Amino acid sequence: MARSTTLLRNTWTLGLKEFRSLGGDVAMMVLIVFMFTASIYADARARPETLQRASIAVVDEDASQLSTRIVAALHPPQFIDPELISLADIDKGLDAGRHTFVLDIPPNFQRDVLAGRSPALQLNVDATRQSQAQTGAGYIQNIVGEEIRDFVQRGRPAATPQVELVTRAMFNPNLSASWFTAIASIINNITMLGILLTGAALIREREHGTLEHLLVMPVTPLEIMLSKVWSMGVVVLVASAFSLQVVVKGLLGVSIAGSAVLFGLCSLLYLFAAASIGIFMGTVARSMPQFGLMSILVLLPLQILSGSMTPRESMPEIIQGLMSLAPTTHFVALAQSILFRGAGLDIVWPQLLMMIAIGAAFFMLALHRLRSTIGQMQS
Amino acid sequence: MTHPVQTPPPAMPAPAIVARLSGLQHRYGAVAAADGVDLEIPAGCMVGFIGPDGVGKSTWLGLIAGARRIQQGRVEVLGGDMADRHHRHAVCPRIAYMPQGLGKNLYPTLSVFENIDFFGRLFGQSRAERAQRIDTLLAATGMSAFAERPANKLSGGMKQKLGLCCALIHDPDLLILDEPTTGVDPLSRRQFWELIARIRAERPGMSVLVATAYMEEAEQYDWLVAVDSGRVLATGSPAELRARTGTTTLEAAFLALLPESRRQGHHALDIPALTSGEVVIEARGLQMRFGDFVAVDDVSLQVRRGEIFGFLGSNGCGKSTTMKMLTGLLPPTRGEARLLGEVLDARNIDTRRRVGYMSQAFSLYGELPVRANLELHARLFDLSAADGAARIDELARRFDLLPVMDTKPDALPLGLRQRLQLAVAVLHRPDVLILDEPTSGVDPVARDAFWQLIIDLSRDEGVTIFITTHFMNEAQRCDRISLMHAGRILASDTPDALVAACGCSSLEDAFIHHLEAAGGGRQPPHQPTYQATHQAAHQPTPGPSATGVQPAATTRAPAFSLGRLLSFSAREAVELRRDPIRLTLAMLGSIVLMIVMGYGINMDIERLSYALLDRDQTQASQSYALRIAGSRYFAEQPPLASHGELDARMQAGTLTMAVEIPPGFGRDLARGTPTRISVWVDGSMPMRAELARAYVGGLHAQTLAEAATAATGNAPASAASIEVRYRYNPELRSLVSMVPLMIPLMLVFIPSMLTALGVVREKELGSILNVYTTPVTRLEFLLGKQLPYIGLSLLNFVLMFGLALTLFQVPFKGSLPTLLLGATLYVTATTGLGLLVSTMTSSQVAAIAGTAIGTLLPAIQFSGLMDPVSSLEGAGALIGAVYPTSHFFTISSGTFSKALGFADLGGSLLPLLLAIPVLNLASAALLQKQAR
Repeated sequence: MARSTTLLRNTWTLGLKEFRSLGGDVAMMVLIVFMFTASIYADARARPETLQRASIAVVDEDASQLSTRIVAALHPPQFIDPELISLADIDKGLDAGRHTFVLDIPPNFQRDVLAGRSPALQLNVDATRQSQAQTGAGYIQNIVGEEIRDFVQRGRPAATPQVELVTRAMFNPNLSASWFTAIASIINNITMLGILLTGAALIREREHGTLEHLLVMPVTPLEIMLSKVWSMGVVVLVASAFSLQVVVKGLLGVSIAGSAVLFGLCSLLYLFAAASIGIFMGTVARSMPQFGLMSILVLLPLQILSGSMTPRESMPEIIQGLMSLAPTTHFVALAQSILFRGAGLDIVWPQLLMMIAIGAAFFMLALHRLRSTIGQMQS
Repeated sequence: MTHPVQTPPPAMPAPAIVARLSGLQHRYGAVAAADGVDLEIPAGCMVGFIGPDGVGKSTWLGLIAGARRIQQGRVEVLGGDMADRHHRHAVCPRIAYMPQGLGKNLYPTLSVFENIDFFGRLFGQSRAERAQRIDTLLAATGMSAFAERPANKLSGGMKQKLGLCCALIHDPDLLILDEPTTGVDPLSRRQFWELIARIRAERPGMSVLVATAYMEEAEQYDWLVAVDSGRVLATGSPAELRARTGTTTLEAAFLALLPESRRQGHHALDIPALTSGEVVIEARGLQMRFGDFVAVDDVSLQVRRGEIFGFLGSNGCGKSTTMKMLTGLLPPTRGEARLLGEVLDARNIDTRRRVGYMSQAFSLYGELPVRANLELHARLFDLSAADGAARIDELARRFDLLPVMDTKPDALPLGLRQRLQLAVAVLHRPDVLILDEPTSGVDPVARDAFWQLIIDLSRDEGVTIFITTHFMNEAQRCDRISLMHAGRILASDTPDALVAACGCSSLEDAFIHHLEAAGGGRQPPHQPTYQATHQAAHQPTPGPSATGVQPAATTRAPAFSLGRLLSFSAREAVELRRDPIRLTLAMLGSIVLMIVMGYGINMDIERLSYALLDRDQTQASQSYALRIAGSRYFAEQPPLASHGELDARMQAGTLTMAVEIPPGFGRDLARGTPTRISVWVDGSMPMRAELARAYVGGLHAQTLAEAATAATGNAPASAASIEVRYRYNPELRSLVSMVPLMIPLMLVFIPSMLTALGVVREKELGSILNVYTTPVTRLEFLLGKQLPYIGLSLLNFVLMFGLALTLFQVPFKGSLPTLLLGATLYVTATTGLGLLVSTMTSSQVAAIAGTAIGTLLPAIQFSGLMDPVSSLEGAGALIGAVYPTSHFFTISSGTFSKALGFADLGGSLLPLLLAIPVLNLASAALLQKQAR
């Protein structure tokens, strides 16, 4: 029908206009390039590989061969070379946040060990450093325990326990964190740009009066919305594909398990949802300053609570329920499945379906809001 | 004399020349706005700059006002070089500049009084002095009754009067007005010039420079500069110019001065008679209400095919609203509008194809080149590629747009932008053209060219034209006109009939006669006319004194002024108060987020999903499995049957861990033969995998030890033990450690986003000009803008702190004054960060995105929220070391959980203190004090 070809043509024409507008904003272009290159690289490279460079101090009250061996065993990459401090400085160092761990080796420790008196070491942990406290304490216990065992057995082979526990990490054998961070970083940027570009573009049109002008022309709100969704979607998709291929695979050397094409398709559908949210926010906010604040209030939970930072299953159920309404949550889940675990469409379809449903709901809501705000537009 | 006249300070001798331009060159790309200009402008008189659009008039005025940076040549104003920063700073209190565009440098949400008051404060006037000055200025402009009305609710004429009040508050010696009456209705225009005349009468020494498109206004000035293509064509009094060219009107004189090529095709307009056709536009009892306000009431009219129908009325009388109803943009509250017999429906796409509409404000894409704008519209209106290109070419020629086809409208003067809008409106050959002040700000030659087009369209093609204008000679050309006032039509007839009906001599008089009869004259009817006052200008007349206040005691503006800084703060605070949604978002938003995230970010990783592949199925294997199932760290899922299933479920991400107990496990255990349990963890989330591995390892060791104890009756002796003491947060409660981190997070995102649009928004909307032309320094401007947001953020901090203690029950152990000091320094730094982004970007979109990236990434990833800064590497470590959030994290968690005080946290306070001047000075360095 003629109507549908008009729809396609207008959507195409208006979308091309969006490209030209964006191309003219040099600062924005620089930001987009920065977000998908340097920012992702810095983020992935900065994050430690699980426990890394934890700061530790040792109070060596024993100054024996054994205590020296223990101090020497705590070394990079897991730990920054331990600082030797005095008993009186324990609190100060922990208080200032200089040390996350302080190990106290009591006097006569070696003698007591050799005498079989099973003396106790004290490990102080700054528990406000949640991410390191538990893992770090575990590492220190293992390392110290091994050193003591070696020392006691004086090089004799250790008796193997009767039941051995063999753990293997699937999909990421070395538990390299930069994999995870790089992908999370890309997802965050996709979300941010998808929402910001479309929402702000809509408000800009309203503030400059061009939206009203479009509406005296043979253009419908649906076409206006679709044009913004597809054009900004393409910008973000191209940027993220480049980032995935060049920065993540190339520079960071992360091996992608699954199909990049499938991931691209999912990203496109996710962008549709994110852009719809952006347009919805653009119809709710009355001005750019309001939109700015609103976007922070939306982006922050999407970034932190969608499962790309901490596991969702550990969050309170009410938050889990709330966040399952966000398309980001499903996108994070399927991105991890595809990129890390090599999952195919047969596995990720439920998340994909959820994402489409949520995106469609936001799109309809935004379209409805756009139509009604245009009806009320005055002066 | 009723008041002393300000004597110029001795350092600057009173010049007979107010400004001198020599060898001035100014280019925008290929276009020369000033091409070797040498000009001396006499002081103490009214000087007019006349010329076509886009020849450089505005640029010259901007350069004289000091608002634009000089590219090449010399500009001397009030006895000094305007390229010299110190001279600019010294003389800017003596210059007032009113830029082009209705209310361009006003603050829309501020009231009339607040707008003038703001400028008064910028010039260091005391409260009492300001009150008195504003009082007299408002009385003189007849705006006393509207002192409390926000500027965005004023009509165009009133906006210009307000702009003038703002310009006159500091008794300038040089008043620069760039097209002050463009888009202003005849009555307001007349009142405006009467006001200027009265002020000049009281301050005879004041020089006034005006750029204008109205030749009849220029006729009244003392001295004129005719400008074309960045050059001076001629100077002299209107009489001299007329005499030199042997013409009788200034308009004709100007045309005669133009080179032959520029007046090509210009000839007197000839309007053929109208042959009457069918009714095309019909309005019946149209009414439009906005809340209680009736903008348009009971408007009925009929326009026939090919008719040129004019709509006249004062600013804000409802003309534009009526036009929007006729286009279908606004559905009327009552009554109906019909187009060709059919009721208008905004959703009807076919109707839109038949109507061309041009709105009063520029509403095309300022960031797209002229050609791209035209092409976009050709495509949207379905013109074929060949037809579109031909049509664009034709219109570009007709409207003289060819030289600017690749320029962006944002960089074009008003007149050229209007022509572009017109070209767009007629591009698709509509049946009906609805034009809202299409020629406002367009020069006389182009206006006639446009009217020729209108006449051709109407008479040759039968296009019906509905037009509003403030030019009486244009109204005279219409077939019929309606006079509108306060939402109603006062009279409707042919121009000649209207003039005859009220016994006036001209249409302008007839118009004013009708308005005043309807109570439209806001001023007493017996105001002296401009002409009368003008002749009396040099004999001061008693009367309402606009400037009867002692001139400011100091003529030299101080280098730094707290008063000016605070005037920006006060203004920003008022604007913030007028935007309750933004306030609510800032306060409530941060609290909601703090609650959601405080509970949501959970480092107590538990309930990890796992499944068991038990290939032994003995009591021993089941009891081993029970150990894991009993742990709070793990949540058991349905058991696995095979390795295939294990792989599938791990891949789907439904399992974090799988445990395989080998066949014969129970038997081997009983026999004491070595056996092994295999565990797979999902490595796609390394932190979770690491923890799962540690948990299961612990459980395994414990199980074995217990089994041994059970078997032998005594515990195996270990060589040594390690006592782990979790300090500050012994139960490892996430909330206790997370809430003190949430406060710094909220205080980086929200304050920086609040200030992020501060500068860029003023750039986009135009009020940045006030920074260019008033004595305010860059730091005063920036700090002034920052202060209210620091206050708001501190309030936010107090709220969140209270919430942490009450709702979250997080104990506070340290020094409150230290935390408060830290918070103050911190929000000063974060608001400064927002301002820095704002000065760096050129669009609001980029400012929002820049702030989001500039805060989210460093604050969440590099500041120690997840991993301590000391464990980071590369660029991240560097950013983490200097980023304010990492330091305030230390202060916040230190005072909350570690009972720390000032002495312990000095090392974190210092970097915050240092960040403030670094950020603010960087912003100041990046902020331009002049336009390019």
